[in-house]
Amino acid sequence: MTSTQNVRIPTDGAADGAVAAPSRWRSLGRTLGVVWSNGKARVGIVILGLFVLVAVFAPLLAPYDPKDTSFDRNLDATGAHWLGTTAAGEDVLSQLIFGARISILVGLAAGVLSTLIAVAIGLSWGYLRGFASEVVGFIVNLFLVIPGLPLMIVIAAYLQNGGILMIIAVIVVTGWAWGARVLRSQTQSLRSRDFVTAAQFSGERAPRIVFREILPNMTSLIVGSLFGAATAAILAEAGLEFLGLGDSSIVSWGTMLYWAQNSNALLTGQWALLFAPGLCIALLALSLTLINFGVDAVSNPRLREGKAKK
Amino acid sequence: MKYIAGKLGLFVLTLWAAVTLNFFLPRLMPGSPADAAIAKLSQNGPVTEATRAAIEAQLGVPDGSLWEQYLAYLRQVVTLDFGVSYTFYPQTVSSMVSTALPYTIILVGVVTIVAFILGTLIGVAAAWKRGTWLDSLPTLGGSFMSTFPYFWTALLLLFFAGYVLHWFPTTGAYSATTTPAFTPAFIGDALLHAALPALTILVTSLGGWIIGMRNAMINTLGDDYVTFAEANGLRGGTVAIRYAARNAILPNLTGFGLALGGVVGGSILVEQVFGYPGIGYLLFNAVIGQDYPLMQALFLMITVSVLVANFLVDILYGVLDPRTRR
Repeated sequence: MTSTQNVRIPTDGAADGAVAAPSRWRSLGRTLGVVWSNGKARVGIVILGLFVLVAVFAPLLAPYDPKDTSFDRNLDATGAHWLGTTAAGEDVLSQLIFGARISILVGLAAGVLSTLIAVAIGLSWGYLRGFASEVVGFIVNLFLVIPGLPLMIVIAAYLQNGGILMIIAVIVVTGWAWGARVLRSQTQSLRSRDFVTAAQFSGERAPRIVFREILPNMTSLIVGSLFGAATAAILAEAGLEFLGLGDSSIVSWGTMLYWAQNSNALLTGQWALLFAPGLCIALLALSLTLINFGVDAVSNPRLREGKAKK
Repeated sequence: MKYIAGKLGLFVLTLWAAVTLNFFLPRLMPGSPADAAIAKLSQNGPVTEATRAAIEAQLGVPDGSLWEQYLAYLRQVVTLDFGVSYTFYPQTVSSMVSTALPYTIILVGVVTIVAFILGTLIGVAAAWKRGTWLDSLPTLGGSFMSTFPYFWTALLLLFFAGYVLHWFPTTGAYSATTTPAFTPAFIGDALLHAALPALTILVTSLGGWIIGMRNAMINTLGDDYVTFAEANGLRGGTVAIRYAARNAILPNLTGFGLALGGVVGGSILVEQVFGYPGIGYLLFNAVIGQDYPLMQALFLMITVSVLVANFLVDILYGVLDPRTRR
């Protein structure tokens, strides 16, 4: 991101047009261009787009109701059931298609929420000095070192059989600290720049400096940590559901694997039932990781493709 | 010295906070172990007031003020006395933990070290040969593998190598017919059982190390001292290993320390899939059986070992990188 948009001359608005930074839309377009020009990111965007389409149009795409148990049980792939049926007699393909909704919902909701917390805490932490900074740092480090999955499992166990909202809450509580630490170090390095000093001298208050002056300069980092958080959330959700700690009556990729293991799909040899949900989780997580390669290239030109080494 | 003292103070404070969190966590949550047990019972019929009182007495529903409970809890923690397990009554929590711990430490510990060394070496090679297949193959492969939900990798390995091809045993840490002892037969049997879980953890954790090392290495390769070393005509291998990699490895060491601390927590999902009787599997069973004493003790132990590892890495970091000491 350019820092030019912050060096406007504050005196008169008339000259503003002459020295104006490139419009927000144009710089957004240029940024997206950098992401798109990265081959890995392009693949990621296409995969993610497909999954979103599948999730949105699930009722149109799915051949059957995902909870319809009226079919024969443990069927292998047939013409009527492309991926077979489950031990309870549900159509695997329909479950797979509807399962995309849960994963995308959890990834989006938990990703956005934990990034919001990370931005609020990370930026304030980076801007603060002295004792207050130490206190915030202590809390963040505490959340950072407590192992995530055990903490998630223990909280989920105490909250017994919560639904998807409980899972999102658990993921957010355990997942915001990493982003906060990354954003904090960037804030620290930005706060000593001239434009921040200028804003301080012109009498702006701290919250405005942090969220209006510093924040726009780290957009790509924030987007990167959003994708990272969403990836972690999707994997964590699938893991918790697989262990049977969520609401096992909903149709999601994690619960599909949970039922597959508990109904001995390993013994009946239904490889599609095992293979397909995991592959979807992996592809969705991979698409976000791939997009992040492009986002990284925005903030770190050394990682851009198509240039000679060194 | 001042650096170490500061870190030590912070460590003790964090330790106290984690122990206290472990105390408050169950008390902040709705419901209690007794409620859960009564809910289970009431599915079979109404529960009388006398039964309820008996269950509460048996499960040791805490009495006294919060402060008294806290002091009693601290005493438990210091003396490592976590009481008796609910689900595996009358075994004590401590004896169950000490049975499960060696399996986890050996399996996850060895694999973590191997994955770190292998991943770091591949990462160095990838950054040095940037833009060639030696770079793109491990980077793409690594990021693909690390997005696999690792319980799924475990399930697939178990299905193909265990159930379809019958190459490896499908569950447990050793065959039911052997008894744990330091004999070649038992060790061979245990290794065979550990192969699939080990492979799973290796495959899913390798990618993170490769990419972390590669990106750190690319940053140091752009630094002046590397250019200077090259200009001096040093051989490529020397520049890569002794100049660039040596500095690039520092951030990865922090991750390694945390991973080593995480070893004690085991690989919950992998151990669950393979029925491997380590700490992770124990935690899973404690959660499923609502075995609160076992759960609390395990969570405390897992957290404390990560904290200790983190502290040691901080100290080591100060030794390796004088800039952090200031």
